[in-house]
Amino acid sequence: MPESMLQVPLHWVAHSRAGDKGNRLNISLICYDPRALPYLQDQLSESAVLAHFADRSPSAVRRYTLPQLGAMNFVIDAVLEGGVNRSLSLDRHGKTLSFHLLELLVKVPSSVIHPNHAAAPFGS
Amino acid sequence: MKTRLMIGGGAGFAADRIDAAVAVAEDLAAQQGPRYLIFETLAERTLALSQNQSQREDREAMMLRRLRAVLPICMCSGIRIVANFGSWTPERTAQVIRDLSEELGCAVPKVAVVTGDDLFQCFSVEEILQLASDDLPAADERLIAANAYIGAFAIAEALDNGADLVITGRVADPSLALGPMISALGLAEQDWDALACGTLAGHLIECGAQVCGGYYADPGFKDVPDLAWVGFPIVEISDTLQCLVRKAANTGGCVNRQTVIEQLLYEIHDPSAYLTPDVVLDMSEVTVQELGDNRVLLEQMRGRPKPDTLKVTLCFDAGWVGEAEISYAGLTAEKRARLAIDITRTRAEVLFPDLPLRCDLIGVVSAFASAAGIGEGGAAVSTEGLAAEPLSLSQDVRVRVATSGSDKAEVLALLGEVEALYTTGPAGGGGVRLSAVPRITTASALVPAERLSPQVIYFESTPQQVPRHA
Repeated sequence: MPESMLQVPLHWVAHSRAGDKGNRLNISLICYDPRALPYLQDQLSESAVLAHFADRSPSAVRRYTLPQLGAMNFVIDAVLEGGVNRSLSLDRHGKTLSFHLLELLVKVPSSVIHPNHAAAPFGS
Repeated sequence: MKTRLMIGGGAGFAADRIDAAVAVAEDLAAQQGPRYLIFETLAERTLALSQNQSQREDREAMMLRRLRAVLPICMCSGIRIVANFGSWTPERTAQVIRDLSEELGCAVPKVAVVTGDDLFQCFSVEEILQLASDDLPAADERLIAANAYIGAFAIAEALDNGADLVITGRVADPSLALGPMISALGLAEQDWDALACGTLAGHLIECGAQVCGGYYADPGFKDVPDLAWVGFPIVEISDTLQCLVRKAANTGGCVNRQTVIEQLLYEIHDPSAYLTPDVVLDMSEVTVQELGDNRVLLEQMRGRPKPDTLKVTLCFDAGWVGEAEISYAGLTAEKRARLAIDITRTRAEVLFPDLPLRCDLIGVVSAFASAAGIGEGGAAVSTEGLAAEPLSLSQDVRVRVATSGSDKAEVLALLGEVEALYTTGPAGGGGVRLSAVPRITTASALVPAERLSPQVIYFESTPQQVPRHA
């Protein structure tokens, strides 16, 4: 019997850290279970991530994949309103934006969800 | 693996904890072999801010607080220190360290100061501006600092010549750890894989606790034990280019595959090409293996020849940035806060048409708010960056207003609009805070590496002072 697919926040499947360089942000994405990686690769295209950050008007997203680490790295250009020394934003570094990436909804097999949250499907 | 050297991370930024560095020094003191303690304390804008004498005094006081805590342990145990504290007058730096040592009753360290990162020493302002590779700031922003990220070999030379304490200005952060490895293992400039190993080790520990469970916890998803006493890291490097990362003994936190991978990718763009002054690090094939007991082993880092250019950070005096906040609480808090923003925007459009205005509603939406929340020139302000519908449960919200400008008095006058809400705004506002601080903007440039020649200045009687590459 095929395993059931659930729609959950990315936060239930992977963790993340953001780092800034000028007006460019990198957001790493690391699967709790590396078997989640192929599903996330299918759903988290560069264009999908660009669209998710659209209200910050980024100019481009570049994605790097590290299969042996069960991880991806997203590099998002011009998403920091000029960068740490120009932005008037509260979080000029964009450090909180890792948790914005983790708000994306993804469909994954229930077996790759963080064990503390596998029992209660999101939105049910 | 047979460990050849150990390097502890003593600070990841200028305000980092001092007690955590002491735990690293105590751990290293109980070990054998070449041991080093590095401090990364130089933020992007620090060198620009340090044109100001009081800022230099603050920096010197910070250096002395850190050294006071670890120097006796390090001098007793043969642990050598490499730190980018910055030194504006190397002779004075050496003197205050000598005074501190005598006060503490420990041996006086042989101090070496690495210079050569300052482009003002060999370029005109016009030449520097021509090097800039990205958008230059507005014409009224004045260039006040230009420093190149120099590499690890000058640090290694200082250590080779017997320095107990190496103080640098701007160097690439991982070079603080790579310098000790070059010195301890006698590496050459073309040992790319070995240089990559040391660069990766430095990258892992340059942010202090961030590899040991700091900046990692997410309760229920990523729990970290005893985070209040999170430890700082130590890397152990072997001849075989294996890198073991652990945390100092008797500290909180955790080191596991997940904490290591988060830090591995921190501030990385292309994982196959992390550019440093010493090597191009390729971490795309790196393996990360948990050994248990908060120990993680990394292997398979690869190096390629270093770039021909060095990265330079240009800093500009760009006037002032001002922030003002006021709180509203209880029923209708959010509606009153939004009214406060409307009042401030309306008046700013008339009274301060040239100043940008950004408004946030902390407790409703702020950190994630979009650029649309920023009004350029006052006229284009909108509420699009804020959540459209009030949240009925928000009963404690804070209005934040931010602006910037070349005239401090005008910036403060706009902030005064928020303070005036005490008597002229919606009911029940409280807790106003205002601040205006110098605004330093930055840009990046590339300089041909051969145009800069780092120098090492030695104090006290070092056994020999031979340039590493004669």
